[in-house]
Amino acid sequence: MTTDQKHASTDRELTGSEILLRCLIEENVEFIFGYPGGAVLPIYDSLYYGSIKHILYRHEQGAIHAADGYARATGKPGVVIATSGPGATNLVTGIATAQMDSIPLVCITGNVPQQLIGTDAFQEADITGITMPITKHNYLVQDVRDLPRVVKEAFHIASTGRPGPVLIDIPKDVSNAKAPFSYPETVSIRGYQPTTNPHPLQIEKLHQAIAESKRPLILAGGGVVTSGSDQELIAFAERAQIPVTTTLMGLGGFPGTHPLWLGMPGMHGTVAANRALLECDLLIGIGARFDDRVTMGRIDKFATGAKIVHIDIDPAEIGKNVDTYIPIVGDVKRVLEVALQDLPVCQSETWLEKLEQLKQQYPLTYKQSDNTLKPQWVIQHLYETTGGDAIVTTDVGQHQMWVAQYFRFSRPRSLISSGGLGTMGFGFPAAIGAQLAYPDRTVISVTGDGGFQMTAQELAVVALANIPVKVAIINNQCLGMVRQWQEVFYQRRYSEVDLSGSPDFVKLAEAYGVKGMRARTQEEARQVWREALDHPGPVVIDFQVDPEENVYPMVAPGAGLDEMMLGDE
Amino acid sequence: MRHIISILVNNQPRVLARVASLFGRRNFNIESISVGESEEPGLSRIVIVTHGDARTMEQVSKHLHKLIDVIKVQDLSIQQSVARELLLVKVGATSSNRAEIQGIIEPFRASVVDVGTNSLMIQATGDREKLDALIELLRPYGIKELARTGITALPRSMQIQTKAHLHA
Repeated sequence: MTTDQKHASTDRELTGSEILLRCLIEENVEFIFGYPGGAVLPIYDSLYYGSIKHILYRHEQGAIHAADGYARATGKPGVVIATSGPGATNLVTGIATAQMDSIPLVCITGNVPQQLIGTDAFQEADITGITMPITKHNYLVQDVRDLPRVVKEAFHIASTGRPGPVLIDIPKDVSNAKAPFSYPETVSIRGYQPTTNPHPLQIEKLHQAIAESKRPLILAGGGVVTSGSDQELIAFAERAQIPVTTTLMGLGGFPGTHPLWLGMPGMHGTVAANRALLECDLLIGIGARFDDRVTMGRIDKFATGAKIVHIDIDPAEIGKNVDTYIPIVGDVKRVLEVALQDLPVCQSETWLEKLEQLKQQYPLTYKQSDNTLKPQWVIQHLYETTGGDAIVTTDVGQHQMWVAQYFRFSRPRSLISSGGLGTMGFGFPAAIGAQLAYPDRTVISVTGDGGFQMTAQELAVVALANIPVKVAIINNQCLGMVRQWQEVFYQRRYSEVDLSGSPDFVKLAEAYGVKGMRARTQEEARQVWREALDHPGPVVIDFQVDPEENVYPMVAPGAGLDEMMLGDE
Repeated sequence: MRHIISILVNNQPRVLARVASLFGRRNFNIESISVGESEEPGLSRIVIVTHGDARTMEQVSKHLHKLIDVIKVQDLSIQQSVARELLLVKVGATSSNRAEIQGIIEPFRASVVDVGTNSLMIQATGDREKLDALIELLRPYGIKELARTGITALPRSMQIQTKAHLHA
């Protein structure tokens, strides 16, 4: 970067699209994930001469999930560009996915020229109206002179406080209009001042509650990962002697190999984690939102004997789902730093012993088989061969839960999964974004035969740029999780879950110029996986697994955490 | 319980849509909504009448605060405030009963603002109950058209603690 760019301003007038790209350079954007079209022609023309790397996806949904994967892997905002109308609406699923999981994205859409807005012009869609409920904030830029301030604000809003997606809609006449360029150095938004420092009185109350507790429990969520406070959390748990359960979004925020870790709680959680939630006398929620996949929506049966402490940067999360005894609003990292000073120690020996016994007594299990390939075994094998160092992305469903159960994530930002929205088709493009951010790490897209077919066209991207993502399709030839529910709750009436007609995934990969392999037995699986890890480029592996396998433990919808189904073994 | 929420917002395009959309999205109800300029240039005041328990109102307030264009949120029901609504109503009137209608509206400090051959337009301001009562009294004459603005409100300067208020 030249010094001219550092204190960016020009006397010469630039077009709106040139200004936009200068702003993105100011924000140190490495990659733009996108797809061109009529309303963003000026932006793509400026990009032609620009220094930022643009990756062309094959569908806007692929582009935005990739930007999301990049953001989750790095913590930096992902940037996506799409054209007006269908380009913009194709982003909607990705925006909602990022909003639910608090992922920083800056989404730039073109729109028709302002004089055509509201006339149902060709490729016109009211994308700011459409995305109002699924963005942290959005902008329709009406004057080119507003553009630098809007971009600055968008990056600030997306990446601070509780992060989230921000959309900037730029009409084509604004991209073409000219103005002098000057990038603001600071942001001041009157209606946006997130609280980061906790109230000292609340920390005192927390300390007192910890000192009095015999059966404490930490419920750590995605906020631990977002705020980068894994080290503080380890110190907090170890020094106060409090066991930890991590939600799906929190996995990796506390090491899966740590003796104080109980596993994931909730619908497919471990016995130890769920029993701990039922029996604890103090529950400290840290950057977790008491989602219904954890509480089962049965607040009447959730941690009924516990004082609940809730630490979150978003005040609206506190009291939303559960009544809170000690609310603490603040940045999780900051709160833990403050709370670590003079932190008392719990008298939790008996409690820890009991939970340890539960861990021993009820480990995650499945029936081994010599004839068929068990999906759980495949996941375990992927974990064991990569030693917990890989970045793993998932789609949604059975394979996602098995990854959550059988991978022991040892560091944050190594599991990339659509937790809140549960978006099929997310994992593979997200893996591309993560791999771009970390070219030297092993990135595995564990996916299903259903989800992979929703965004499989992005194989073109990994083939073209030789992005070495390892796609592991857990192929059970059906929509596994839906099938599981139909088996358990709908008396095996398997309605529209059979995925017959899926392509030969090996040939599909090869058609794109990507190495494809298949495994039907453990021996084949070991062999092809070894080969995949050794292969320098992208690989697709079709793991043909036992289609009858279910995810256990399981808590039925409407049941409490005390009613776990443990499965047939 | 009924609450009057006063929201100070940036006077930006779509800000009313953002606020209304939030109420819809979070399943909060809206009894009435009124918007206009405020004391500060660039800021508008939205007054929403809504119903909910304490937990719901806390969520309403917190979620409103999350909107970037929202500057300040006040629940005017938990403090003493003046809440007023404007009513325009066109009632059937003949030469014989005009005086009678005048007699009805007078205690309400309402006024006749338009006269037609077969009707009168009456303007009244007040709180909701007062306007409801006036409408009921006018109903027998035949209500031809009716428009209400919804409540707008400001807190009183003097907040006097009363027993009833503490229990509110």
